[in-house]
Amino acid sequence: MSATTLTLRRFNAVDVILWLLRIGVLLIVVIGTLATLIKARYTIAQWLDFVMFGLTIGSIYAQIALGYTMVYGVLRLINFAHGDIVMTGAFAGYFAAAGFDRSGLLESRPVLAMAGILLVAVLTSTCIAVLTERIAYRPFRRVQGLAPLICAIGVSFFLEQTFRGLFGSSVKSYPDPSWLRAAFVVFGFRIPRVDVLVIGLALVFMALLYMVVQRTRMGTAMRAVAEDAEAAALMGIDVNRVIVFTFMLGGVMAGIAGVFYAFLYKQVYFFMGFTPGIKAFGAAVLGGIGSIPGAMLGGFFLGMVESVGPTLFLDGIGIPAPYQLRDLIAFTLLIMVLIFRPQGILGERMARKRA
Amino acid sequence: MPTSLAILPRRRQPATPLQRTLGVGLVFGVIGVYLAAVGLLPMLNKRSVIVDTIGLGDATMIAIGLGAGAMAARHAHTRGGATLHGLLAGAVAGAMAAALAVVMQLVSLQSIFIQLSPALFTMLTLGLGLAGGAAVLIGGGAAAGLAGALLRDSPPGGRRIVLAGLGTVVVAGVFQELIQLVLQNAGALTTSASEFFYTWEGLSQQGAAAIFVIAAIIAGLNAMVQRRAAGRVAASERRVRLRRLLRAGILLLLLVCFPLLAGSYIGQVLMLVGLYILMGMGLNLEVGLAGLLDLGFVAFFAVGAYTTALLTADSAHALAALSYWEAMPIAVLLSICVGVIFGIPVLGVRGDYLAVATMGLGEIVRVIVTSDFAAPLLGGAQGVLQIPKPRIGATVLATPVALFYLTLAASAVAAYVAWRLENSRLGRAWMALRDDEDVAQALGVNLIRSKLLAYGLGAAFAGLGGSIFAVMLSSVYPSSFQLLISINVLALIIVGGMGSLPGVVVGSLALIGLPELLREFGEYRYLFYGAVLVIMMRLKPEGLWPSEVRRRELHAGDEAEALDAGADLLPAGQHASSAAE
Repeated sequence: MSATTLTLRRFNAVDVILWLLRIGVLLIVVIGTLATLIKARYTIAQWLDFVMFGLTIGSIYAQIALGYTMVYGVLRLINFAHGDIVMTGAFAGYFAAAGFDRSGLLESRPVLAMAGILLVAVLTSTCIAVLTERIAYRPFRRVQGLAPLICAIGVSFFLEQTFRGLFGSSVKSYPDPSWLRAAFVVFGFRIPRVDVLVIGLALVFMALLYMVVQRTRMGTAMRAVAEDAEAAALMGIDVNRVIVFTFMLGGVMAGIAGVFYAFLYKQVYFFMGFTPGIKAFGAAVLGGIGSIPGAMLGGFFLGMVESVGPTLFLDGIGIPAPYQLRDLIAFTLLIMVLIFRPQGILGERMARKRA
Repeated sequence: MPTSLAILPRRRQPATPLQRTLGVGLVFGVIGVYLAAVGLLPMLNKRSVIVDTIGLGDATMIAIGLGAGAMAARHAHTRGGATLHGLLAGAVAGAMAAALAVVMQLVSLQSIFIQLSPALFTMLTLGLGLAGGAAVLIGGGAAAGLAGALLRDSPPGGRRIVLAGLGTVVVAGVFQELIQLVLQNAGALTTSASEFFYTWEGLSQQGAAAIFVIAAIIAGLNAMVQRRAAGRVAASERRVRLRRLLRAGILLLLLVCFPLLAGSYIGQVLMLVGLYILMGMGLNLEVGLAGLLDLGFVAFFAVGAYTTALLTADSAHALAALSYWEAMPIAVLLSICVGVIFGIPVLGVRGDYLAVATMGLGEIVRVIVTSDFAAPLLGGAQGVLQIPKPRIGATVLATPVALFYLTLAASAVAAYVAWRLENSRLGRAWMALRDDEDVAQALGVNLIRSKLLAYGLGAAFAGLGGSIFAVMLSSVYPSSFQLLISINVLALIIVGGMGSLPGVVVGSLALIGLPELLREFGEYRYLFYGAVLVIMMRLKPEGLWPSEVRRRELHAGDEAEALDAGADLLPAGQHASSAAE
């Protein structure tokens, strides 16, 4: 058999379909973008709004994605319940915020109130993250196959329904203080304050997290466990403590992200963690799961695509109400990444280890 | 940089028996407080076990006390010690509940925790006020703990008799409505029996006592017979299997005849159970046999439902006016196509990623169906209405009982197909693929073909289910096709046992039928599903009715893991027991 027939044989129908899929998605993106730009139905200010929103939501996705990526790094487990840990943070933050709102503190002392809300949220989400690790994930440390993932799905469900039972299934609206409603005006463009606050604080917290992981003893130990858990254990690192620490860090980021997400959308309910959780998982894979800078990058990228994409890609083709299809674009991106580049952008090293 | 990297394990003192007992009591107490705070206890208490005496919520609290006592007694060496530890653990658990009552008395938390209502307070304190209630809670907890410890220490024969009696009373009390209905429809003799055990609103005290005695006697006789049989010869493999088949047969016979006796409500419940059995068998092909964890399963269900709706409905969106029997095969075929189309892109995705990718696909389908983009075709959020019921000749299958028989027939066909598939060449290929994709491929399994067949056939079952679902509701809405359904189906095959056909029936009865019968359970069923997934994975990953192959594999796997001590990530000794199980 000659070499050409061999390559032809390997190039089967499935590959053709996958290539068609790639080309199809690419075509929609390119044609849609061109058509939208040529039609020019949107002003610069509107595009800037999309970009700002993309950066804001992207910074939240980035923080959630960090939790996925760190846990995956040390445990090789998709913490399916991470989105719901975000939800617990948002809920705890809601009760703090509502309390501060009633006492007037939220209006009069914004910095103090914000710190209080974040503290309550972070404490709650961290405790729950550590508890889930202890109760649900630790027994599965050495179990192969689907069991840990199924258990994680169960945890996710359990958390959602617990919060529904405890606090009711109604949508609660977050307080909306006046200092958050205003907007900065730069060169005549309106930039909402809440966006600036969310992006700024997210960057600060992510920088802090990066310092913790790179500079502290525990962070170094964490990276060692992610690299090779057995070897790390042989070097005298208490793997259990490192894993708990990892869940703590993930919980902290999740709590902060939950509060921001709630401030952005102005509401909390028990199912709110699901969609951002799945999307952030996509962001973590996109950036290369296990890689911390990758998760941040992936989060921002996903946020931008999700915010700018519907209008840019779909409006030009003449699809009505493209903003309804925002989740469609995010999930398509997620699936495309899982299918075509599961190692992500920065994840060559991790991918090789998985294989 | 620090000079030493050592994050050294902290050495913990092993817990003393007293600490362990207190810990057990605390854990059970937390469970009780949790159940109260999410609103389960007051909800359960709406249903009484014995009229005017004890509610299901009270029974749950007593069960918590019993459990605490039994758990605490596990560690004790002497009989006296066991009872003492049981007493203590029960009292601690009761004290936690009392503490909740005290907190509720001191501060009003209902603005945050909406379930901490005055009604819950009355229930916890039995209406005796705080001091009296707290005393009763602690004393009752201690008594229940003592009883639990004694029960644990008693000889297994006696324990079984008591538990059988108690269990039967609870079942007879909780499902009183249903049992009364059946008894009264069945004949004159059973009607008078019903009048003896039940008042019109539930199980009477004399009835409960009588049922306890009867169940205990039956359990005792049964134990005696079994002991004698065990003394003679160990039951052979064939007889065990025969007995299993017999049991399954009786269960099926009951399922078939039950709705005729019990009326349309039970017919509806069992129809839902049948629907989930159909879907469960489909997902079982994918997850149980082929090991492809598919969380977008609901999409195939939706395709089946929408196809049937669009082909038969009497509405503006309808594409044709076919009869149900013409539309159903088309719905199934289309589901298969969608299954294959779903399968192609995710062919190369494995394990965890596959679960997320399929879930994404399912969500995409849902987003498209709800959006304005597809609204002209699929009816958007309003859905498609006025789907006619199927008819055979002149009879219209309109009642739930008639539709139940339709579901049953479909399930029977599907079960036959699934059973034949399981033992076919394809089924073996799937199992090989589940265990190791690379090795399966090396052994000549055509990965693409067998994976796509798994998706396609699994989708066919779901499509059939969807098609029946559409005529059952007479309308389809996008909100019926949420991720929840995929998770429900996954939960039921896990409870029943992955890769096991009878397991699907058991799982469906337990997870769909039971909550449907306890109507007030309502939304709490999902809480129950989440807990069930975690608990099953921890305690019984092979399921309640595992397939033989699966059981053997799981145990072989455990041995291999126990031998593979090199990858020990845990401090020695702490979890050795969980690995050795």
